[in-house]
Amino acid sequence: MIQFSEQKLAKVQEIIARYPQGKQKSALIPVLHLAQEEYGWLSAETMDYVASLLQIEPIEVYEVATFYSMFNLKPVGKFLFEVCQTGPCMISGSDDIVDYIKQRLGISVGETTPDGMFTLKTVECLGACGYAPMMQLGKHYKEHLTKERVDTIIEECRKNAGVLN
Amino acid sequence: MSEEKKLFKVTIDNITVDVEPGTTILNAARMIGGDVTPPAMCYYSKLKNSGGKCRTCLVEVAAGSTADPRPMPKLVASCRTTVMDGMIVKNITSDRVLDARAGITEFLLLNHPLDCPICDQAGECHLQDLSYEHGKEGTRFEFQKRIFKKHDLGEYIQLHMTRCILCYRCVFVADQLTEKRVHGVLDRGDHAEIATYISKSLDNDFIGNVIDVCPVGALTDKTFRFKNRVWFTKPVDAHRNCSKCCGEVQLWMRGDEVFRVTARKDEWGEVKDASDGRPGWICNECRFDKKDIKDWTIDGPSKINRHSVISQGHYVGVKKPTDFLPEVMGGRGPKLLMDIHKVSEVNRPEIELSKIEGPAHSDDFKGSK
Amino acid sequence: MGVKLLLEKAHVEGIRHYDVYRREGGYRAVEKALKTMSPDAITEEVKKSGLRGRGGAGFPAGMKWSFLAKPEGVPRHLVCNADESEPGTFKDRYLMEFLPHLLIEGLIIASYALGSNATYIYIRGEYAWIPDILERAIAEAKANGWLGKNILGTGFDCEIYVQRGAGAYICGEETALIESLEGKRGNPRIKPPFPAVKGVWDRPTVVNNVETLAAVGPIINIGGEEYAKIGVGRSTGTKLISACGNINKPGVYEIDMTISVEEFIYSDEYCGGIKNGKKLKACIPGGSSVPILPANLLLKTAKGDTRLMNYESLADGGFATGSSMGSGGFIVLDEDQCVVKHTYTLARFYRHESCGQCSPCREGTGWMEKILKNIEMGKGKMSDIDLLWDIQRKIEGNTICPLGDAAAWPVAAAIRHFRDEFEWHINNPQECLTRNYGLAHYADPIHVPTTA
Repeated sequence: MIQFSEQKLAKVQEIIARYPQGKQKSALIPVLHLAQEEYGWLSAETMDYVASLLQIEPIEVYEVATFYSMFNLKPVGKFLFEVCQTGPCMISGSDDIVDYIKQRLGISVGETTPDGMFTLKTVECLGACGYAPMMQLGKHYKEHLTKERVDTIIEECRKNAGVLN
Repeated sequence: MSEEKKLFKVTIDNITVDVEPGTTILNAARMIGGDVTPPAMCYYSKLKNSGGKCRTCLVEVAAGSTADPRPMPKLVASCRTTVMDGMIVKNITSDRVLDARAGITEFLLLNHPLDCPICDQAGECHLQDLSYEHGKEGTRFEFQKRIFKKHDLGEYIQLHMTRCILCYRCVFVADQLTEKRVHGVLDRGDHAEIATYISKSLDNDFIGNVIDVCPVGALTDKTFRFKNRVWFTKPVDAHRNCSKCCGEVQLWMRGDEVFRVTARKDEWGEVKDASDGRPGWICNECRFDKKDIKDWTIDGPSKINRHSVISQGHYVGVKKPTDFLPEVMGGRGPKLLMDIHKVSEVNRPEIELSKIEGPAHSDDFKGSK
Repeated sequence: MGVKLLLEKAHVEGIRHYDVYRREGGYRAVEKALKTMSPDAITEEVKKSGLRGRGGAGFPAGMKWSFLAKPEGVPRHLVCNADESEPGTFKDRYLMEFLPHLLIEGLIIASYALGSNATYIYIRGEYAWIPDILERAIAEAKANGWLGKNILGTGFDCEIYVQRGAGAYICGEETALIESLEGKRGNPRIKPPFPAVKGVWDRPTVVNNVETLAAVGPIINIGGEEYAKIGVGRSTGTKLISACGNINKPGVYEIDMTISVEEFIYSDEYCGGIKNGKKLKACIPGGSSVPILPANLLLKTAKGDTRLMNYESLADGGFATGSSMGSGGFIVLDEDQCVVKHTYTLARFYRHESCGQCSPCREGTGWMEKILKNIEMGKGKMSDIDLLWDIQRKIEGNTICPLGDAAAWPVAAAIRHFRDEFEWHINNPQECLTRNYGLAHYADPIHVPTTA
């Protein structure tokens, strides 16, 4: 059963209050972010719940959730590595980084490790071209990636896995 | 006299027409008619906010208006650009337009299956018409075409997403004709698709109209699919008293059998307004459930553009052979020696050929008598 | 050392926080604007400054403001476009991360000038940590009376809200951004009507880039005329350039648009030269959608003049031999880089980011990507080059929004200037998998015919 906490529901109301009366649909993307933070991904059930919160039709939520690349419509690993591969990152060696992560985690792009810990994705420009190669990990960017730095990041993730539980 | 509205003069391909302010170039061109009218794959005059997306109706504006006769730098979508007084538009007289339109046609066909012979829309497909008129004979696309998984929209409507050109008309129909939309455009870019996300059937009373507005074979009528080619059926106008809709339809018949019911269409392929001025959309009951000729009052044969492949089956202008036997036999008719229908095992009108799976075989006619 | 207006205080410790920012002279511009100037006078000042939109199109900001419809009783909105997603561009991120109050100052002044009581910052979803910084700065500004009800006793109310996107380059296009802000798919609207008449929630709306709005404070401080004296011609004021690629010092630099491209790349004050002592091969000077230029056309125009870092000089020669200032995303490629592969990644980017609404962009971008991938992988045909040219030509200008053009230009420019590299890929399908074409003659001086 999908149900936001009181605190989250209050946050939803605060977001809705930013827009003119009757324009609560504007809160859709922020509320979907809240839902994804909570559940890791957006199931149809979650999206229906968001639709009911904002008093819109479920299809309006599906249309939006499938449009934007940051919404996960399938479960992902606890740590989602999103490596940028567009022009400026490519000329700074992002291909090598992707290959190295694949080898380290034993998975291909788009896959999740069997323990459900890591998912590897390649993404398009994240706006960190000067600090390439880079990837997004959760809320933050990991920049100036080298093989050593990838190792450290993976280690840190493994260490934090317990804490996050 | 002062109440008379000032009309705008607009010249399209050297033909000048007076139109009301606020008219789009496309609608002005439709008033002229013929080749001057740009093709429209996504615009639908009966659906608000439609148009602008397919880009097949791009035209060149050679002069913006009398007041500001500068040409517009880019080609404009004629369906969403309103005319100005003294505007000069070039459609088929512009090489730029024809070049761009050939490009658009190629783009639309890029991922569209080229299997018209097995598509149910063949013969009344706007993309087919467009490619005959503006397409090239060969394709330069050497890659696998995009395909989509089959998606179930319930018992009446078949969605074949692979054929869709994303005109958004069916989305507007659901938005504007029904109180609750359950299908929409999902995903984005070249993977955008019409779907419901989780399987849901479209079952609003007026949702069947998505079939009529679909310019291609992406949304078809499950009660008609593969029963017959449209050009073998004869369209007749008919009506019935319907509590939900205008009840004015077109029946697509063969013999006495009603194969399909659709709304009546105008020369642009759009649903015509009913005789009382109401929108001509029809309800699901009229469309899917009234397939008996007794349900309807026939108004007469539909008028079909003579260029249409459907005109192959129309009634107008058919010469009936004169029966000369009575004439040569001094007014006496031929004497029927034997009624073949009464003795033949094969010709059995009560057997509905369309219900037989696969090709008919003599076995199908045996034994029941 | 050029003039610095935006990044002048960027390195002051703690400038991110209100107290330090205020101590360093922050919010003076708001005081001046709200207490001594009328909204129209502010718009006039911005017009005088010659400030051009910093998001890429370079449209004069003051003029955009003056187009805003002001029907009686209809609220108006200012929306800050922080959906910075053009490959090579990361300047707005820098401003928001390190100088949030500079942006907020500009937002307050602009909101006052335009009559926006609810102003929104639409920020790309991936910049997930920046909304926290902005919201904190907004709270600080509000606590100190710069936002909220009756600001500085003027009777003007203003709130600023931060809205996150969720991964869509197309939302940088202003009408797609507005759709997204309304909680919809980021499909650009068909214009007209323009946002100035019917924008967010059908209300008159101005959408401006982060850097544009951040420049408003300094303009009010020094005056529009003073601002216009910086720079040359119609390239007034200072511009942030985000430099990346194969250079020694990638980063965000503020330039006054009088320095040469050569100086920008090689001087230690800016990029510090090409990394690892390599040679310069090519550069995309204004974000991925503007034409790529080979070294020889980058440093000097086709006429043989030194090319400068400003709107006019970068565009000198049109698309045939010039490029564009764009968003200021400066991507440098060294002699080891493959133009075909780079162009392929950009084509892939635009295919990925196409909203899919109009047919030329939806179908054309994917087609170009597939062909470029073939060429890159040694499976190309000679006719593919002309085919690519024809496809981009049929996309350009025929789409609803400029994404189609943005996808077409990089392909066109790569073929225009690097055709022999494409041909080499096709003629050497094995070799191209193991090595790159290299510098070739791309840095050779261009023969400039002299007229008597």
